[in-house]
Amino acid sequence: MPEKEFEPKILGFFCNWCTYAGADLAGVSRLQYPPNIRVIRVMCSGTVSPHHVLRAFQKGADGVLIGGCHIGDCHYLRGNFMTIKRIRFLQDLLKFTGFEPERLHLEWISAAEGPKFVETVRNFTEKIKKLGPSRLKQVKAA
Amino acid sequence: MNKCIACGVCAEKCPKKVLDEYNEGLAKRKAAYLGYAQAVPPKYVIDKANCLYFLKGGKCKACEKFCPTGAVDFSQEDVERDINVGAVILASGFRPYDPSKYSAYHYTAYPNVITSMEFERILAAAGPFQGHMVRPSDHKEPQKIAWLQCVGSRDLHHCDNSYCSAVCCMYAIKEAIIAKEHSHEPLDAAIFYMDMRTPGKDFEKYYWRARDEFGVRFIRSRVHSVEPVPDSDDIAIRYLREDGQLLTEVFDLVILSVGMEVDAGLKELAKNLQIDLGEGDFVKTSSFAPVSANKEGIYVCGAFQGPKDIPQSVMEASAAAAAAAELLASARGTLAKKKPTFEEKDVSQEEPRIGVFVCHCGINIASVVDVQAVRDYAATLPFVAHVENSLFACSQDTQGLIKERIREHNLNRVVVASCTPRTHEPTFQETIKEAGLNKYLFEMANIRDQGAWVHINTPEAATQRAKDQVRMAVAKVALQPPLKEFDLPVTKAGLVVGGGVAGMEAALGLAGQGYKVFLVEKKDFLGGHARKLNHTWAGEPVAPYLEDLIKRVQGNPLIEVHLNSEVKAVKGFVGNFVTTIATEGRETDVEHGAAIIAIGGHSFKPKEYLYGENPRIMLALEMDQALREKNPLVMNAKTAVFIQCVGSREPERPYCSRVCCTHSVESALALKKINPDMDVFILYRDLRTYGLRENLYKEAREKGVIFVRFDLENKPKVEQLEDGRLKVSVIDHILGIPMHITTDILGLASAIIVKEQEKLAMLFKVPLNNDGFFLEAHMKLRPVDFATDGVFVAGLAHYPKPLDEAVAQAKAAASRAALVLSQDAIRAGGVVAEIDAEACSGCQACVGVCPFGAISYNEREDVCEVNQALCKGCGTCAANCPSECITLFGFSHKQIYTQVDEALAELEEAMEEAAGA
Repeated sequence: MPEKEFEPKILGFFCNWCTYAGADLAGVSRLQYPPNIRVIRVMCSGTVSPHHVLRAFQKGADGVLIGGCHIGDCHYLRGNFMTIKRIRFLQDLLKFTGFEPERLHLEWISAAEGPKFVETVRNFTEKIKKLGPSRLKQVKAA
Repeated sequence: MNKCIACGVCAEKCPKKVLDEYNEGLAKRKAAYLGYAQAVPPKYVIDKANCLYFLKGGKCKACEKFCPTGAVDFSQEDVERDINVGAVILASGFRPYDPSKYSAYHYTAYPNVITSMEFERILAAAGPFQGHMVRPSDHKEPQKIAWLQCVGSRDLHHCDNSYCSAVCCMYAIKEAIIAKEHSHEPLDAAIFYMDMRTPGKDFEKYYWRARDEFGVRFIRSRVHSVEPVPDSDDIAIRYLREDGQLLTEVFDLVILSVGMEVDAGLKELAKNLQIDLGEGDFVKTSSFAPVSANKEGIYVCGAFQGPKDIPQSVMEASAAAAAAAELLASARGTLAKKKPTFEEKDVSQEEPRIGVFVCHCGINIASVVDVQAVRDYAATLPFVAHVENSLFACSQDTQGLIKERIREHNLNRVVVASCTPRTHEPTFQETIKEAGLNKYLFEMANIRDQGAWVHINTPEAATQRAKDQVRMAVAKVALQPPLKEFDLPVTKAGLVVGGGVAGMEAALGLAGQGYKVFLVEKKDFLGGHARKLNHTWAGEPVAPYLEDLIKRVQGNPLIEVHLNSEVKAVKGFVGNFVTTIATEGRETDVEHGAAIIAIGGHSFKPKEYLYGENPRIMLALEMDQALREKNPLVMNAKTAVFIQCVGSREPERPYCSRVCCTHSVESALALKKINPDMDVFILYRDLRTYGLRENLYKEAREKGVIFVRFDLENKPKVEQLEDGRLKVSVIDHILGIPMHITTDILGLASAIIVKEQEKLAMLFKVPLNNDGFFLEAHMKLRPVDFATDGVFVAGLAHYPKPLDEAVAQAKAAASRAALVLSQDAIRAGGVVAEIDAEACSGCQACVGVCPFGAISYNEREDVCEVNQALCKGCGTCAANCPSECITLFGFSHKQIYTQVDEALAELEEAMEEAAGA
């Protein structure tokens, strides 16, 4: 069977007020990015619990991208403070379990930062491609 | 305009390019264009002055030809309308100073001399260079940038603007920090300034961080000349250092920190409105009515009133709204139309029957995504009872059609796959509501903005993504229960804590709009510290105003004054507070819908400069008293010295007290008035007579007041002489040698602090900042609100400020509180959190993370409870709950897990297949 290029599955959790709007702006500006991502809109990046992220990896996501408002710009004042804590904790946890922590990425992208959104998705997709398929997927498939 | 779907085809096809004024002419736009990327509403317009159709008499029309919705109409004309109003608010802002008149800086001649406004665009992600920091001449990233302050401000030589523009120091610091963050190489950022003016809340700390953490260089110098460097695009700056050395430095980019000016057109407007303009052509107002022009019914806010920053402008905006609302109180609601209500069908017991509508958006989606395939795919999904394509899902026709289909197929949930919920969710929610469905039984799949438009070259992948997003939306909405919204009553009364100027103005503001007010004052009199003030900076006597104010408060039948009183306990929440007021042992419970905290500030009593050891040494307000009482020490003084920043801008109190520079200058002028020959010295660190106050500083210099600068490291020394007089020693900042002044009186400009604020903060569940001042919900955009609904702040409890700003903030707080009180009911519910009491272990992990104080712990039941009237629906609590017993309605854990599962479902299948094989 010919080797097909690995196309990672990436899940994005984007907050309604900043990153989701930044993603919309990327669209309005017709900026192009790889189609590997699927998006779940949440009200605040602080809505994303560690369980949600772990579930994504369990189900075979190759990467999880979380997007929120810049610090100080949170629509809910300090929801994104919680996001930082959770992501740090999760990255440590992933590392502890032998899973590449860089498969989980957090980025602050404002509603005005369409180009930054695109750059982030591109870079993250590239990074995940280099990392290869999630080992959880391989283990399960084996 | 209703037909425009913001697809941008008109701009794409338009052949005419023009300079983009939004990007300060650094980029081009088309003659058919969107004002800026985030314009609300997102509607394209035609620039008549540049459109070929208008210029060439009927030719071109490319936009009309290609517009998929027929939204282009060349026959539209400007329409003049007469509107009857009871009040006018002028919020027309400012024009940045145009430095092209200023030959010294060669703004027009050198491309790499730009204005701060241009640099803002260069730094912006949506700006001309997509946020890449480059200089105009060669698009090279600059490694050395200079900011030149006071361009078009504090300058009578090159322009007529003697005032300080009040915002440039802060924005230059901000730009320098952002530039450093943007830069790939270490960036050398230098700010050339005269006085660093950072007197706003938390500004001083920002300044220190720029200097100490980011290494921004602050150079105290008015630049001598700006010259090009031969054979390069660089700019050489010659400047005189404070020690007298003349230096030359070369920069890649020079940024002119331009000030604020009143637009010439506004002067015309003022003439038409018959209102007076004052210094600098800003609207003339009194310190006691800072948003009222001198014609009844005309109010002003923002930079047309005087140079100012965002928080102050926002405060004034609310204050102007309050002033207008007071004037028009009797007419409130008379022009408001009520929305029709629709009977809601109970579908909670029905199995989901989902209708999926897949939009073409003309060719916007359909040219990339195979919308028929998406539709057919949707039909295979669980619970989907009806699928359909529509050319424009948002059009009136389709809205009608969706309603019809809901009835026809007995649908109880709807998914629309089209653009973004951020613009169109409300439209579709309204539609299904009209068809008798709970508006929350709706979900959108974004297949345009985050689909067709971003995967133009990979249509198959875009179609796959669209299918996946539709599958996720269908699965999510199938789990969506109808959500309830409910109304909470509002007690139409306000509580104001503090009987100073801010408290009284706030109370009158509320009473003026017809609300009952309980005014609580700790002391046995009203008036607070304003009693000790002689004049405002503009020279208006304070006492007559204060007397009148107290009379108006005491005589107002709607205001109940509680003297010798304190707030003992607070129960309830927005719209429904019950507060216990303790008055000399007696306790009274009052019911109110909103509260304003205006407990004021106090002057800091220093332990340095021999304060308290000699009657010749006075704090600012004590000097006012001495002047008022014609104290011989002051009346007969031959020499007077003022020391600034006593207890302010020091590590222990890292904030500027904002009013002291102006106050000392004012007192110095008062002394000069008593005895023009008196030697008056003001020892200062940066003279912060911001805005129009600068003119007072100018006057003081003209009258011979001597200003001597000192550094924090070399503070002045005060000794008492044998005859009781004082010797003040300070190192002269120009000569670098000690200077000794023997003086009769010494004024200490001591810091402003807040006292006894912790208890109140706890009772109302509102935060304090590190300096002890009450912390508002948002420093710039919500300067009088707390994150906790229904509680507001005004006056010096928020931050040190002069009387005019305290009055404006008090009116603003009244305006914000009236917004609560004017409602008959508070709508709550919808997307809010709920705790399952059965599963809650009472661990309180949710209580602390709620930014709005909406969750409380019920000790008796050992569970936590969400007050849905305060909940804003962020879901932070739900994510923090270890047992996942908190549900954010509309974004439940189950829904999120389902979306995750569906997003990765195919993959799962593939994996299982592989595992099974």
